[in-house]
Amino acid sequence: MSARAEITVTVNGLTHTRAVDPRLLLSDFLRHELGLTGTHVGCEHGVCGACTILLDGRSARSCLMLAVQADGAAIDTVEGLGSMEALGRVQQAFRDHHALQCGFCTPGFLMTITDMLRHHALESDAQIREALSGNICRCTGYEHIVNAVRELARERGPLK
Amino acid sequence: MTGIDASVELRPRLVGQRIKRTEDPRLLTGCGRYVDDITPPGTLHVAIRRSDQPHALIRGIEAGEAFAVPGVVGVFDASDLDADMAPAIPTSRMTGYYATPFRPLAQGKVRYIGEPVVAVVAESRYAAEDALEHIHIDYEPLPFAIRQVDAVADDAPLLHAEAGTNVIIARTFAHGDVDAAIAQAAVTVHGRFRMTRKTAVPMENRAYLAEWDRRRRALTLHSSTNIPGIIRDVLAACLDLPGNRMRVVAPDVGGSFGGKGSLNHEEMLVCVLAKKLERPVKFVADRMEDLTAMSQAFDELIDATLAVDADGRLLGLDADVIGDIGAYSIYPWTAALEPVQVVSFLPGPYRMAHYRGRVRGVLTPKPPTGPYRGVGRPSSTFAMERLMDMAARALGLDPAEMRRRNLVTTEEFPYRTGSGIIWDRSAFQECLEAVCRHVDYPALVKARDAARAAGRWVGIGLASYAELTGIGSRIAVAPGMPINTGTETAAIRIDATGAVTAAFGISSHGQGLETTLAQIVADEIGCRLEDVEIQHGDSALVPMGTGTYASRSAVLGGGAATKSARVVRGKLLKAAAHLMQVPVEDLDAEAGIIRARSSNATMTVKEVANAVYSQMGRIPHDQREDLVAAETYDPYLGTACSSTHLAMVEIDPETYGVTITRYAVAEDCGRLINPMIVDGQVHGAVAQGIGAALLEEVVHDDDGQLVTASLADYLVPVATSVPDIGIVHVEAELPATLGGFRGIGEGGTIGAPAAIANAVSDALSHLGIEVDTLPVTPDRIFRLVEAARAKGMG
Repeated sequence: MSARAEITVTVNGLTHTRAVDPRLLLSDFLRHELGLTGTHVGCEHGVCGACTILLDGRSARSCLMLAVQADGAAIDTVEGLGSMEALGRVQQAFRDHHALQCGFCTPGFLMTITDMLRHHALESDAQIREALSGNICRCTGYEHIVNAVRELARERGPLK
Repeated sequence: MTGIDASVELRPRLVGQRIKRTEDPRLLTGCGRYVDDITPPGTLHVAIRRSDQPHALIRGIEAGEAFAVPGVVGVFDASDLDADMAPAIPTSRMTGYYATPFRPLAQGKVRYIGEPVVAVVAESRYAAEDALEHIHIDYEPLPFAIRQVDAVADDAPLLHAEAGTNVIIARTFAHGDVDAAIAQAAVTVHGRFRMTRKTAVPMENRAYLAEWDRRRRALTLHSSTNIPGIIRDVLAACLDLPGNRMRVVAPDVGGSFGGKGSLNHEEMLVCVLAKKLERPVKFVADRMEDLTAMSQAFDELIDATLAVDADGRLLGLDADVIGDIGAYSIYPWTAALEPVQVVSFLPGPYRMAHYRGRVRGVLTPKPPTGPYRGVGRPSSTFAMERLMDMAARALGLDPAEMRRRNLVTTEEFPYRTGSGIIWDRSAFQECLEAVCRHVDYPALVKARDAARAAGRWVGIGLASYAELTGIGSRIAVAPGMPINTGTETAAIRIDATGAVTAAFGISSHGQGLETTLAQIVADEIGCRLEDVEIQHGDSALVPMGTGTYASRSAVLGGGAATKSARVVRGKLLKAAAHLMQVPVEDLDAEAGIIRARSSNATMTVKEVANAVYSQMGRIPHDQREDLVAAETYDPYLGTACSSTHLAMVEIDPETYGVTITRYAVAEDCGRLINPMIVDGQVHGAVAQGIGAALLEEVVHDDDGQLVTASLADYLVPVATSVPDIGIVHVEAELPATLGGFRGIGEGGTIGAPAAIANAVSDALSHLGIEVDTLPVTPDRIFRLVEAARAKGMG
């Protein structure tokens, strides 16, 4: 086995330095090394989107990256969006619209939507559904998620 | 309880309101706790070498250099575990049935690709997977029949030689004289329908963690299961442990849809290994393992003939069904679950005098079929609703009118079908009318006709069905299965601080039962919603509970909650009557306040609880009762839930892709506990039905190899696959269940495949095409169109 590599990543504003196996997946690093189990692993082949995080502000699949590739990066995970006492805005919209059931895909959706709201127009339901189409939810049938995102996009207004 | 407290009806109620879910804050903030989020110190990890043969003798297993991989603790095959764990036997009362033994690892022989053969245990999953590559299994391939039509043949190679046949379950339902009905009919229609194999694809893959407590000689299994009580009972038997030293906990579970509703090899495996090694042992399936080896679903061939008179009234139905049950009879539901339900439910929600349904369940070298949302009824409804439309077309009748003439009417309930199912009163006709009203059916037909005139391939499809939900102890959920699925218990207590804890044997895994059951408990006791904690998903909570499946938890869990809460409320008011010096009849409880109607005197639930438990002498010692109850509810017969779905589709004549342009559901689920949650259940189930209709198919090639082992091959609906769904809640007369609830969890998956198959057939009716296989993919539509054109149609 190859030697461990030292990496430094900033996760939800906290900086961590760790020695990791070069083959360690970023998703496993977050979950098992840092104990941030809110990021879920649903397929490990980049299709389902449950493991989506923000990497330097843009959504990325943490199951398709090695931890060493994130060296020097700023990462945001679901734990950084809000707390049980004070939900973040996207989290609150999900609760208001019953946009989650089992909750397993939810962190990935929350991170994807955070990115989409910053960078995409989301002016129509068709655009919203397109933006969500890289994440799989098996419980909700998506309609309540679309309703939540529609409200968030209206509240945000047109992109500058 | 006797008598109804009229004041209960007058109080503002939580039941019926769109209460936001209490489980959401933890799930939204990454504070959920799924099995893989739990890693006790010293946890060992399992990786599994699975069979790459569909049917073969295991001649030898060599661990090779596996132990040279740093961190490897052990390598195990069946021979290492036999002495420690007895197999699970999925027994049944069905005659002629053979119960295939179910073990953690394959013993002597493998019977499907993906079957667990060797387990490597290591300090990390990475190390365990490294070691897998060093293991060599010497197989002697055996002949096999991969398709069910071949496996039923008399000379087919036997998968379980001990059974003496591949057909391990067979049943015939017969009522009336179906041959005469067919002979006399004005019109008969026939089809050979195929509902292909599916898999549930919950977003959390299966995960199991077993912990052996050396001090107590006790085992705790954390399992992504929706039947913790059943798993506790069977593992206790297999390991010869008493139930107080075998506990199964289902923490947050990331969906199941039935896929996590049976005993799995791997959960047996981690238990026996944890006990043997005296360390925590974890197995987490990856997606490929779940797609390859989790229980699968449906997979029937239905050969059926429907006879109708000149007015379109149903005379009789004759069906022959072959269910491909895979390599094992699943525990506890048995191989009868899926195929026998198909022939039980084929007559549908219709009046029909003559019926014959024959079913054979046949072993094939594939993963076992087990429960998947809808069980049997997606297939039976697909076949029956296709036949209804084919008959309507033959007679020139509108499909809505065809159903109107045949759906059981209000005055006919309770109605006994040809297979013996008894429909209690439900809104069969009303749902059809409601969905037609909701979409303005005549206008929709006009719009379709106009689009057609312009050369577009547009169609409308209806599907009506009924299902049994909340089934009590009169019949088992799975035909012939000896486990009691007809009762549930709620253990409710108000503690010394006034907090209310309600513990159940059911197991929520997305249904929001922590919210809906709390609504019921708070209403019935008269306490505040926020004072109620719902506990579930833990076999230690009640003496026996089977879990959440078969659209039962609202009915059985809700009924048990109601019963127990009423007893607790009685004790609470009795204590308050002593404390407040008023007759108990004068008291009412609401939102945590107990109030005397004849005066302004009040006490809080908290004050009463404190007095009962913590203040000696406040209540006469021979009158004092703990504020607890553990009542069991048995709805005995259960109740029907009925629905009509409507789909409108457009097919692209160049790509053959199907777009759903309109979708609506009218359903009768009795009293709604939380309409927001009911909507969510319907949306999710319809989406899965859309997947079954248009996308999802588990494909094994002729060599028995799975060719849909990734989510890029087994396609599930994404946001762009699913339209907005219009929902009409038809609350007809409430059923006799306690609380008036009916089950709603599965319905969407039952109606959608049939409605879409009918809509696609309608869109292609100018070519004379009748859809008989689902999913109706672009590839299948292309072939149907080509075949029709070759015959000179279109």
